[in-house]
Amino acid sequence: MNENARLFDRSELMALAALALLLLVILPLGLDVFRLNLVAKYLTYAFVAIGLVLCWGCGGILSLGQGVFFGLGGYCMAMFLKLEASSVANTKIQSTPGIPDFMDWNQLTQLPFFWQPFHSLTFTIVAIFAVPAIFAFIVGAALFKRQVGGVYFAIITQAIAAILTILIVGQQGYTGGINGITDLRTLKGWDIRTDQAKFILYFVEVAFLFATVVAAQFVRRSKLGRILVAMREKEDRVRFSGYSVANFKIFAFCIAAVFAAVGGALFTLEVGFMSPSFVGIVPSIEMVIYTAVGGRLSIFGAIYGTLIVNFAKTSFSESFPQLWLFGLGALFIAVVLAFPNGLAGLWRDYVQPRLDPLLLGRSAAAAKWAGRSVADGAAAE
Amino acid sequence: MFGDYSIGDLGAIFAMQGFAGLILFSVFVLMALGLAIIFGQMGVINMAHGEFMILGAYVTWATSGFFQQNLPALFPGYFFVAMILAFIAAGALGMLVEWALIRHLYRRPLDTLLATWGLSLILQQAYRSAFGAREVGVELPDWMMGSKHLTDTIEVPINGIFVMCLTALITCAVAYVLFWSRWGRQVRAVVQNRVMAGAVGINTEKVDRYTFGLGCGIAGIAGSAFTMIGSTGPTSGQLYIVDTFMVVVFGGAASLVGTIASAFTISQARSTLEFFLSGSMAQVLTLLAIVGILMLRPQGLFALKVRK
Repeated sequence: MNENARLFDRSELMALAALALLLLVILPLGLDVFRLNLVAKYLTYAFVAIGLVLCWGCGGILSLGQGVFFGLGGYCMAMFLKLEASSVANTKIQSTPGIPDFMDWNQLTQLPFFWQPFHSLTFTIVAIFAVPAIFAFIVGAALFKRQVGGVYFAIITQAIAAILTILIVGQQGYTGGINGITDLRTLKGWDIRTDQAKFILYFVEVAFLFATVVAAQFVRRSKLGRILVAMREKEDRVRFSGYSVANFKIFAFCIAAVFAAVGGALFTLEVGFMSPSFVGIVPSIEMVIYTAVGGRLSIFGAIYGTLIVNFAKTSFSESFPQLWLFGLGALFIAVVLAFPNGLAGLWRDYVQPRLDPLLLGRSAAAAKWAGRSVADGAAAE
Repeated sequence: MFGDYSIGDLGAIFAMQGFAGLILFSVFVLMALGLAIIFGQMGVINMAHGEFMILGAYVTWATSGFFQQNLPALFPGYFFVAMILAFIAAGALGMLVEWALIRHLYRRPLDTLLATWGLSLILQQAYRSAFGAREVGVELPDWMMGSKHLTDTIEVPINGIFVMCLTALITCAVAYVLFWSRWGRQVRAVVQNRVMAGAVGINTEKVDRYTFGLGCGIAGIAGSAFTMIGSTGPTSGQLYIVDTFMVVVFGGAASLVGTIASAFTISQARSTLEFFLSGSMAQVLTLLAIVGILMLRPQGLFALKVRK
């Protein structure tokens, strides 16, 4: 118990400090606002990646539909902002003033009922957490209670991602269609498009990210986290020990969904629009690859993985658009075949053993390596 | 929604939509057969299945171009050559992929999913580099064009009939190979108990490779048939992968009969709905219904009783 009594052990505290230094000092000082906003955009995916660490890395539940929850959170936020942007004064040239422009283009004359509550910011914030959680609960309860798991779960979540995308694209009048919800301007009168606002939003987002890291770490360190790992390794044994495996899986899936939704809502704020291209199958699988590259067992790894893959994507697709897909595909294959634990695994195996004697002192390091716990160590074979 | 149509019209609509559904059914069966072999028999999730299909489509396209240029006299029959070439090309690529990638991942099904997704990205980009980003269409020989009038109001396209015959033929061939040939017995033995199959002298690695190759080869033929009803682009395969997986899962993964039955249900439901609703809503409703049914009956329509 000694090592696990504290939320973060010593090396994790250092990782946390390093991350804080990078995100709060180095990047804001070193990058202009445009690049910083890009980082902010990437970091919204890191929320999804952290959720996947819990759900997939620890719990062994691979969801290929995290884009759904990212989108649900994002759309909730976008609906609120859109309603604020389409006040009667702003939209008086439309045939029906006071409704979002795309509804007017699609000959709607009245705000649909499910848009009505999004006039309220409080409701929106509650919805960002509640809608994905309830949705994940329904899907999770229906599937896990019937012991659908593994591959089947992945395929069904993928189908759900496909369904939601087709639905959003098809119901243009209610959702903005393929263009998504665009032209978002203010949050309670505060213009979110200015450079200063983007700068402030970046720090808000980093604060949320650290809260998420702490929450995720809390889940992992708790008894619950250990049951998740046990479930991944030998589900039947956990079930026969008297635990309700389904409930733990539902919880892991719901919490991953909520993390993703928070990321989605922040994405809408940072980038200023939301569209179905962040909901479907392709973005959902890309989010899995961020986690896989960073290390599916490591919260910090997932954050770095997200940042690195996205930086690579931006710079490659700017300069060699042809090569990018080859690179991404090769990355998938290489990570799966050669480095199942991603960057965090490489770090743990090659860098950490050399770093520890310097930081902790030789004897403490030796003691630590002797008592490495299974939960953090063993590969997810 | 039926108000504006007379009884005779409705009959014709249902017959024609039913026939359109049958064509969709044939394509689904062809696509799902390969996947049912790979996923159902081997337990490997091949997300690149759509790309193997598109390979078949591009091979067909290239063959038709070649025949038009060099052998115009034989053009009416090019399709049969193209199909065989598509089977060989996709099958060979499949065996190569099995050797290089899949065989290392048999114990980690979720990881095959990610790795084959990576493979699908690479293949898509390869097609884009080789054939261009624009969709290509195949020119059909004269005898496949046009349609047959059954009654005054009902007509059926000839290429549709051809696709259906082809599907029936290939389904029978696959059923024969899997259930009556010696090799099929070996495949099923390996699926049921790999260690024991190895112990009685079956070369399990070889069986795996050929099974995967066969599944991919059938995907190639599906792509070849697909060119007759739609155009082919680098990302066309991705559009169908979810549908195909749903067909296989809905039918019950290890059952060929289930795959065919579920392909029939899904395609008929969708094409009938498509007439009354928009295409996207028809797709949404069908997929939702499948997900709903799978939540109630996760093992699919036809489940084999196996002891795990």
